[in-house]
Amino acid sequence: MNKILLIIQREYLSRVKNKTFILTTLLTPLLFVVMIAGATYFSIQEKTAHKIAVIDENGFFKTNLKNSNDLIFEFPEGVDTTNYIAKGYSDILLIPKFNGTEKTTYILRSKKSIGLIVQEKIEERINTAIEDKNLQDNGITKTMLDSIHSQSQFAKLKTEQQAGTSVKESNEGLAYGIGYGCGILIYITMIVYGMMVLRGVMEEKTNRIAEVIVSSVRPFQLMAGKIIGIGAVGITQFLLWVVLIFTLLSVAQTFIPHETLEQVKTLQQNGGVMPGASAMQASDAAQNLYNVKHTLGTANWSLIISCFIFYFIGGYLFYAALFAAVGSVVEDLQTSQSLTLPITMPIIFSFFIMTSVIQSPDSSLAVWAGIVPFSSPIVMMARIAFGVPSTVPYWQLGVSIIILILGFLFTTWLAGKIYRTGILMYGKKITWKEMIKWAFTKTA
Amino acid sequence: MNTILELHNLKKYYATQKAVDDISFNINKGSIFGLLGPNGAGKTTLLRMITGIFFADSGEIIFDGKKFDPLNDISKIGYMPEERGLYKKMKIGEQAMYLAQLKGLSKSEAMGKIKFWFQRLEMQSWWNKKVEDLSKGMSQKLQFVTTVLHEPKLIILDEPFSGLDPINANLIKDEIYGLAQRGSTVIFSTHRMEQVEEICDHIVLVNLGKKILDGSVNDVKQQFKENKFGVKLYEVPASLNSSAFEVIEQKANALTVKINSGYKSNDVLQYLIQQNLTIESFNEILPSLNDIFIQLVEGTKATTRAFQKI
Repeated sequence: MNKILLIIQREYLSRVKNKTFILTTLLTPLLFVVMIAGATYFSIQEKTAHKIAVIDENGFFKTNLKNSNDLIFEFPEGVDTTNYIAKGYSDILLIPKFNGTEKTTYILRSKKSIGLIVQEKIEERINTAIEDKNLQDNGITKTMLDSIHSQSQFAKLKTEQQAGTSVKESNEGLAYGIGYGCGILIYITMIVYGMMVLRGVMEEKTNRIAEVIVSSVRPFQLMAGKIIGIGAVGITQFLLWVVLIFTLLSVAQTFIPHETLEQVKTLQQNGGVMPGASAMQASDAAQNLYNVKHTLGTANWSLIISCFIFYFIGGYLFYAALFAAVGSVVEDLQTSQSLTLPITMPIIFSFFIMTSVIQSPDSSLAVWAGIVPFSSPIVMMARIAFGVPSTVPYWQLGVSIIILILGFLFTTWLAGKIYRTGILMYGKKITWKEMIKWAFTKTA
Repeated sequence: MNTILELHNLKKYYATQKAVDDISFNINKGSIFGLLGPNGAGKTTLLRMITGIFFADSGEIIFDGKKFDPLNDISKIGYMPEERGLYKKMKIGEQAMYLAQLKGLSKSEAMGKIKFWFQRLEMQSWWNKKVEDLSKGMSQKLQFVTTVLHEPKLIILDEPFSGLDPINANLIKDEIYGLAQRGSTVIFSTHRMEQVEEICDHIVLVNLGKKILDGSVNDVKQQFKENKFGVKLYEVPASLNSSAFEVIEQKANALTVKINSGYKSNDVLQYLIQQNLTIESFNEILPSLNDIFIQLVEGTKATTRAFQKI
């Protein structure tokens, strides 16, 4: 036992002290934040106003087409498709004569290609304009119309979840986000740290240190020590990321002025919609940040985090043992590729199952994929975000956990048998078939 | 109990070959024992069983008077395998500490012993270097130190001199003698017969998984001698005719003679004296281990076996 600790210690320290590890651990959250900031920045930048010249052959759009900050419709004289740029317009909209019943095609010509969202917005404006025109034709006055429009956004859907007698605020979007995030995280860690185990085992074999070590410890101890050591590296890296990201988030929050934050708060407390000017003053970013913080609070974090840690460790152990087995029979990364394929395929496949499960976390595919240990770490994590026991009954969670534990005990046992034969064998090309044969026939 | 290791009918069969097929021998305490054999003879498998890496299919290993218990006894064994290496990125001091602790030494014990050996082999300045910065000879020296550091009762060295220059090879050789004198037993596995002749007290030759020779170096040589003698004369006559011997080779005034059965060396001398020839030297030519090795192994399928699949 003492010897396994020594091995774990070496595996852990030699990686944690490594410069690349320190750099990736520190830089990844920064990169993450920079990427989000960059994306936000560019999305704001993209909101340059479109000044659109409208050539209308019908004559009623002038009063009905609504302007906004980013879309300005003007009806100038003497502008056509040849000179709209010179006259200072970014786009030109050609509205043909229409009879009100048929579908008509409008043409929007721009000097730059416009985005899909802008395109949809323009389309929506035009349709609203036509709708308004039709309503007005049928006797509804302009003032009536305006008052109808000002009330049309009043309904806001708030979903709640029944758990026995208590009712809880539910948030499908958040569950989706958490489930997806956890699934991706487990997917990435299983592949990244699995490959790290593979490389570590292979390095011991090609450096010819394996036989020296196994004359001091059992091969199984060496393998187990390596798997646990690298797993501990993974947990360390993960925890550091959590701490760093939260630190960066709170640092980011201090950049938002206090008043804005207060405005957002009152705004949110009043049900999200507040007539008057303050809604416009609170910046979008601050609102988003408040939203993120508020909705995050509705999730059952203690359950999600403890399940995440379990499935992270369980999934890692399940696959790392298999990666170790492959590492023990290969001597370079090229030859390892054909052997790792049967391991990485189920991981990638579970990821695709997860993307479908997240749409319908109650489906029978979701139930089964959450129990089979090949896919359960990724799939179950995505389901748990939707709620226990409302979406995932306790028995399913229990069965999934027990089967995953049995699963990694089995793969570790299997890998141990392959490992102790493979690690001492040089210059031979081994196939999965032979590896399975070693596992089930001869004891070394 | 004078033996450190007894092997009784050890067997280890793989799917397609008998790697070790019923081998038994004893090794005395404090001796330097040579385990010889061509490539693929089963030496490595045998050594892996002695070091607890493999389990025998059948047979028994008695270590230091008791049934071999791999979990506890491996800390009393130091094994330097033929395929050996070290962690390239690890510092030498840390590496030695790690390997010593894996053999069950405490931190302070390990530190003391490493300092002792590093000083003895003039390696003190290496502590913070990495293995990848060492030459092959230097890393072999480090490997040797890590093998013997924990003062094992049984030291197993597989081709210990490969990659060493003659000066360092001598240094290690002296250390091997020293360890044997201080009571350790050394198993020495190699193809280099001149080293075996020089160092070993006792040898065992295995081929095709079976033991084919067992004895002290001297006994083995006596067993395989062909009654050849080297005779040097000041003057060599045109012909020598005696029923006692035949000349099988002549180089200037040095003759190699083979004594016919039923005669003794004295009969040769008597004849030469009678012929009034002045003898410069007269000595028995014993076969070298190399000759015996080749004679025993050649013609068997030893080399083809090495390429067989396991």
